[in-house]
Amino acid sequence: MMYRLPAVAGEWIDRSRTLAFEFEGRAFQGFAGDTVSSALAAAGEMTLGRSFKYHRRRGIFSFANHDANNLFQVGHLPNVRGDVTALEDGMRISAVNTRGGLARDRARFIEWLAPFLPVGFYYKAFHGRNFPRWEQRIRAISGLGRIAADASRERTPKRYAFCDVLVVGAGASGLATALSAADAGAHVLLVDENARPGGCATWTGAAAGEVETLVSRVVESPRIELLPGTYVAGVYADRWVALVEPSRMTKVRAGAVVFATGVIEQPAVFRNNDLPGVLLGSAAQRLLRRHAIAPGKRVAILTANREGYELARDLRAHDIGVAAVLDLRADPGGDSYGLGDLRCVAGVVPEAAMPGSDGAVRALRVRAGETIACDALLMSVGFAPASALLSQAGAVMQYDMALQQHVPVKLPPGFFATGRVNGTYDSAARRQDGRDVGAAAAAYAQGGHAGTHAARPERTRPVSHPYPVFPHPSGRDFVDLDEDIQVKDLLTSAQEGFDSPELMKRFSTLGMGPSQGKLSNLHGARILVRSRDATLADTALTTQRPFYHPMPLKHLAGMGFHAHRHSSVHDRHVALDARFMTVGGWQRPEYYQVSGQSRADCIAAEARAVREGAGLIDVSTLGKIEIFGPDAGAFLDRIYTGSFSDLRVGMTRYGLLLDEGGIVRDDGVIARLADRHFYFTTTTSGAASVYRELLLWNTRWRMDCAFVNATGHRAAFNLAGPRSRERLQALTGIDLSETAFPFLAVREGRVAGVEARVLRAGFVSSLGFEVHVPFGSAGAVWDALMKAGGVRAFGVEAQRVLRLEKGHAIVAQDTDNLTNPFEAGMGWAVRMQKPFFVGQRSLRIHVRRGARQKLVGFELAPEQVASGAAIRESNLLIHLGGIAGRVTSVAQSPTLGRTIGLAMANPSLAAPGTPIVIRASDGRLVSARVVRTPFLEAE
Amino acid sequence: MKIIQCPLNGPRPLLEFVSAGEVRNAPDPDTCSDNEWTAYLFNRASVPGVKREWWCHTPSGYWFIVERDTARDEILATYDAAELPARAGA
Repeated sequence: MMYRLPAVAGEWIDRSRTLAFEFEGRAFQGFAGDTVSSALAAAGEMTLGRSFKYHRRRGIFSFANHDANNLFQVGHLPNVRGDVTALEDGMRISAVNTRGGLARDRARFIEWLAPFLPVGFYYKAFHGRNFPRWEQRIRAISGLGRIAADASRERTPKRYAFCDVLVVGAGASGLATALSAADAGAHVLLVDENARPGGCATWTGAAAGEVETLVSRVVESPRIELLPGTYVAGVYADRWVALVEPSRMTKVRAGAVVFATGVIEQPAVFRNNDLPGVLLGSAAQRLLRRHAIAPGKRVAILTANREGYELARDLRAHDIGVAAVLDLRADPGGDSYGLGDLRCVAGVVPEAAMPGSDGAVRALRVRAGETIACDALLMSVGFAPASALLSQAGAVMQYDMALQQHVPVKLPPGFFATGRVNGTYDSAARRQDGRDVGAAAAAYAQGGHAGTHAARPERTRPVSHPYPVFPHPSGRDFVDLDEDIQVKDLLTSAQEGFDSPELMKRFSTLGMGPSQGKLSNLHGARILVRSRDATLADTALTTQRPFYHPMPLKHLAGMGFHAHRHSSVHDRHVALDARFMTVGGWQRPEYYQVSGQSRADCIAAEARAVREGAGLIDVSTLGKIEIFGPDAGAFLDRIYTGSFSDLRVGMTRYGLLLDEGGIVRDDGVIARLADRHFYFTTTTSGAASVYRELLLWNTRWRMDCAFVNATGHRAAFNLAGPRSRERLQALTGIDLSETAFPFLAVREGRVAGVEARVLRAGFVSSLGFEVHVPFGSAGAVWDALMKAGGVRAFGVEAQRVLRLEKGHAIVAQDTDNLTNPFEAGMGWAVRMQKPFFVGQRSLRIHVRRGARQKLVGFELAPEQVASGAAIRESNLLIHLGGIAGRVTSVAQSPTLGRTIGLAMANPSLAAPGTPIVIRASDGRLVSARVVRTPFLEAE
Repeated sequence: MKIIQCPLNGPRPLLEFVSAGEVRNAPDPDTCSDNEWTAYLFNRASVPGVKREWWCHTPSGYWFIVERDTARDEILATYDAAELPARAGA
């Protein structure tokens, strides 16, 4: 049983601050500086969780953020990792994945079903018709923590950072690297997932003095930023790295990245190697030096390297009884030096750990029948490199047979590896290697050229047993504790044909648990290659992907931030109680609410105001582009379907833009302000993309003209209606008379004292003027127009109705990505006889082939309207039992008193007077009639 | 996120760019057959390899050429479109 020791030198806990917490309904106490797991261990709790599949008792195993069986529900937070989460006062903690509590988990019966649940059983059993039933059942049993749907939203900030050299891992190697890079003048970011820097020196105590010196030099260095408690979640293109701190994510762009990530101690595989009290040697040392916790009173050590004997010395130095050191190797060499009084056995083959009445380990039985009594069994049999991030970065790893470890043999430019992840274990060699790598990384970051880092240093001694796997015929020899995967499961996978690491992973779920195989992938591959008579040297391991640790979703959630643009007179719209809609990123008034009136009544009243007097709409959101230069007209001739080089100065012309396939892409009004100067509009949503497209065409054509995107420079208001001329005339010196300012003319002058471009427009009414003024002065102009008397503001909905009455199609509403201009009734705007325009070649084919559809006007029979039939956009036209088109626009016209609309219809239905049938949203068939457009000839 | 070396603006993050696909020469619209024209419109070689593409740095509206190896996801060169005839001929 674990227990707390008197003060241990350098411990991380603060014994003066006691924290009270609750675990599984019972009261406990820990110290500030404890983690959830260490506080429970100090209280003698050996079982901290139940395993994922068989609900076996599980205790502390790695104490390094890989303890996937020590997940807790803390308040509303699910799956809190006990081995690394700091204890807080008042925590209410319970184990996840139990039914009826940790001690008497009712789901533990599942282990007795194990013989009927072989690996991959769910692929074979749960499919077909009964799948939904099985799914429900399995969901009820499986799963970890609970999600509290009513938990408050936590905003998690995101930060962007830059550095010359990012060093991952603040052990001896990383510290030396950071100092060396900083000495070379680089700005260094040094991150480590542990709460304090120092790496393995903080738990083994080896070379602790030297490492402490390095740490204090790092802390003093003005060029090194140290971020403890921070892990690298992912490595992305061009050294774009995601750092996760407890309450923040930082996206850092690094000039060079050094991985000094070290190694992860690996367990031995034998029967009952998962019992509480069986743990990694390094886990025991972390508990000991950080939290002053002894693993037990009579500790057995299963080892295959010098580290196991160092562990024994370390325990004895802290007055912890060591029962025996059991070495898997036949010849331990000189590793046991100075432990003469201790029982050291070589050539041990572990057979089974044996549980006591509390479920924790009480003995280890080894082959030859001997049983060694112990209350803790520590495993120190080898390591795997913490190379997941290297692999994400694109490193090529290869198994080194002398070292029995994967080492990087090829790293992409700008990436470096140093220390134990690179196969260097000797502490003096690691510091030297760190210095070399730091200099090379700084040189790369500063000069962008490959650094001068030499080939990796020589490896001194093997520290990892090549095959610490001892299968038991009755099983329960766990390779992967996350998913309860045993040796036989992997052998079965291989036998069933899933005989590469990637296939075996999918079939057996090896390495797919919360720790992502950090304690199991290597052994899994070893078992696989041994069964295939292959070697690890010629077997690729599974691909490593982000994230390194499971990522709390709060870091991935966005900020709920939606940017939208306001026009220059947005405050006027607000003052008029506008109801806004989002169009192409802009907030546009849909209509203006008049208190006590329905939405439909407001829209109808706005439309009537335009027809009967004058209305004003803010059309500032239209794209506005200026083009200058001797080739400006010729360029527009090539871009738009119409002809513009022959447009007279002071006149405008409708412009229709196609793509190369002859499909209607955008439209607008093109005004010629001077011989070499045009000003034109695009649709609101097309503003950015049309401008960009014009730039591309001219980058290709190299014509003598230049472009300015004036969309944000100018506001634009459309004053429309029979009284618009007299209202506007009162504000401007421009002669607006029919003779001086005919339809489609453009004039420059002053409106309400502001420099303005005025275009005669006919989109919503026969008489109308678009006033384009500088953004900054637009408020005054809007106010002057609104004060002109008898002018009513109208919104986008009224505009849609008004233009529909005029029979004008809206690009992207009445057309789609298959519509050519002839089908949309825009053939009048196409000058096919021009030498060239974008889309012309395709239109020739379209013309030859004939229209496949036609945009037609329709109106409902009055009795249909009376019956309450509601037609909506996208309702289908039905003809001879099939689909013959669709409604693209429909509205109740307040002017005409009828329901009118546009539909894209089969050409056979296009003749005016043709009866058509529309299937309403409620399924009713509604009869209508094709009519000539415009619906409203003149007001 | 990738960094693209814009010939006009220097190294900028991918977020600031859009691509318009490969640089392709349209057949002469007046002499080509319908088949040649529709092949130009609709067919793209998606074989991974070195591609010469149009890219735009959107804040500055600058179009330029990116040569990249789509098999290795690596940008090989970026240059102004004026260099295209010389480079494409090479």
